[in-house]
Amino acid sequence: MDSVDLFEYQARDLFESYGVPVLPGIVADTPEEVRAAAEKLGGTVVVKAQVKTGGRGKAGGVKVVKTPEAAFEAGQAILGLDIKGHTVQRVMVAAGARIAQEFYFSILLDRANRSYLSLTSVEGGMEIEELAVTKPEALARVEVDPLAGVDAEKAREIARAASFPEELIEKVAPVIERLWTVYRDEDATLVEVNPLVLTEDGEIIALDGKVTLDENAGFRHPEHEALVVAGDTDPLEAKAKESDLNYVKLDGQVGIIGNGAGLVMSTLDVVSYAGEKHGGVTPANFLDIGGGASAEVMAAGLDVILGDDQVKSVFVNVFGGITACDAVANGIVGALDKLGDAASKPLVVRLDGNNVEEGRRILAEAAHPLVTVVDTMDEAADRAAELANAAN
Amino acid sequence: MSILLDENSIIIVQGLTGSEGSKHAARMLRSGSRIVGGVNPRKAGTQVEIEGTSLPIFGTVADAMAETGATVSVIFVPPAFAKDAVIEAVDAGIPLAVVITEGIPVKDSAEFWAHANNHGNKTRIIGPNCPGVISPGKSNAGIIPATITDAGPIGLVSKSGTLTYQMMFELRDIGISTAVGIGGDPIIGTTHIDALAAFEADPETKAIVMIGEIGGDAEERAADFIQKNVTKPVVAYVAGFTAPEGKTMGHAGAIVSGGSGTAQGKKEALEAAGVRVGKTPTETANLMREVIQAL
Repeated sequence: MDSVDLFEYQARDLFESYGVPVLPGIVADTPEEVRAAAEKLGGTVVVKAQVKTGGRGKAGGVKVVKTPEAAFEAGQAILGLDIKGHTVQRVMVAAGARIAQEFYFSILLDRANRSYLSLTSVEGGMEIEELAVTKPEALARVEVDPLAGVDAEKAREIARAASFPEELIEKVAPVIERLWTVYRDEDATLVEVNPLVLTEDGEIIALDGKVTLDENAGFRHPEHEALVVAGDTDPLEAKAKESDLNYVKLDGQVGIIGNGAGLVMSTLDVVSYAGEKHGGVTPANFLDIGGGASAEVMAAGLDVILGDDQVKSVFVNVFGGITACDAVANGIVGALDKLGDAASKPLVVRLDGNNVEEGRRILAEAAHPLVTVVDTMDEAADRAAELANAAN
Repeated sequence: MSILLDENSIIIVQGLTGSEGSKHAARMLRSGSRIVGGVNPRKAGTQVEIEGTSLPIFGTVADAMAETGATVSVIFVPPAFAKDAVIEAVDAGIPLAVVITEGIPVKDSAEFWAHANNHGNKTRIIGPNCPGVISPGKSNAGIIPATITDAGPIGLVSKSGTLTYQMMFELRDIGISTAVGIGGDPIIGTTHIDALAAFEADPETKAIVMIGEIGGDAEERAADFIQKNVTKPVVAYVAGFTAPEGKTMGHAGAIVSGGSGTAQGKKEALEAAGVRVGKTPTETANLMREVIQAL
């Protein structure tokens, strides 16, 4: 299942469209835009780094400022900041809030029970993982039936389970109900508000949100496409996505192509183990070309992998189940033809399964100087690691 | 014997008239499965010709069951219609529904599962996004290649399709009683535990291979189940020791599994339950060979 994590400002906008109370917020990509946003909002504002990782406060990615000039300076300090490997390219300038109390709420998939789960706590303001470990009794877990959902009564049940004081139940429950609507109607797999706050004026507000959307449901939500921010993903990952390839960039030297997510994951492991004997080389990527392995798909996959300068060798690991190995072999030969001089790294190929004899014969006949065919997965991984180390 | 599927299984295909459905129905027929018809409300009353067999198309699963005595439905309908197809199979009370379709929204899977639960869980659902079930030499419901291995004493359960094939291939000298591909989606009908329980009860299965992968805590729960309920030897393989942190898991997602979900955590849980865990598919197959020789 592929999914899309939203930025905080996108979650804010989504919440607002569902009537979940949020504070005014304006996104800004330059310090000048930050100043203009602060002028527009007026008064104390918070400049918040928009990154898809936690701990941005500690990293200096959140600053409370009182004037537009101070906002400009905060923008200068935060934009371009590196937070756990994420470069800040955008900030949200949000109106300041006078916070009386902080809470936590989320609704998410519960794999074990094949259902949904709401997590609620009146002890907000800390990392939720930490709370779950140090004070599990403060985190109320209430199952949400996927068909029954959260109505007004269920929302009150959730709020009561978290021990909200009685006078707050009627204020919090409608917010919970609306957050459930976001979860259901947007095909989310996670809707999290941390913190959910009570202001000094007695308002409940979703101050920071995190939403994960299910890409499988994209056919119901054409508008979700626009939420994927260009430039947010690794350029090689973006290129792979254009060809409908399931690719994840990693840090190593051995390019990996395989069919089926499980087999590719297994290939990463086997190459890592082999790398221990060959200078510590590791996989450069995860690439699952799926069931079919036509010349086109193979060429697109190789093209992406060879575009990674770190790659020193490539391991093609295919088990012919539905796809026959001769088709895969033809795919590899065709891909190398197509790529011509762009194919410049040694390729280790392991084929097994359906029509393997014919597949190996095709590769032997083509006798491409870059291709080595090895019979077993473990031996092929060893060879690919050895070649990567030699070229390193 | 075998689990879930045998030579007496009578199979219908929901989505038989589509390209995936007809392609795989032909492969299933070639491997000896008893396929007796398909379901497509818009083509009810027609016949399709597959592998020289004329198969009737029924309007509903209930009609197909009444006419043919079908016990298994294999579902290939596209993601947008898959939920309704599963619910229809459940409402008709078919004993086994194998959902091959990939890319079903997880909300739809959660909803058909909740529906099945509300109706007493009379239908065993396998999948979605799974390769199906094969009892070699007896029957094949899904897309697992029938030619990889013959029948034998090993039961196999796996989340991953291609790793299922790889492991059947590695163990082709011994053979498989039944291989169950349960699928890798976050919400699936039949779990590792369900398959382990069935293998434990099957006299023909002498040992079990379980293949897991990172994410969730299904393997940890399976380990706990094995410790308490499984007397047959179990060998396991877990994929994803070096994979990056799962992109699909949200911030709060890790909490549900209590901080587990890593391959290392799964391996340790399984080993603590007395399960031998291989480092690679080949090493896992070798461990199984030792187990079988010692029986």
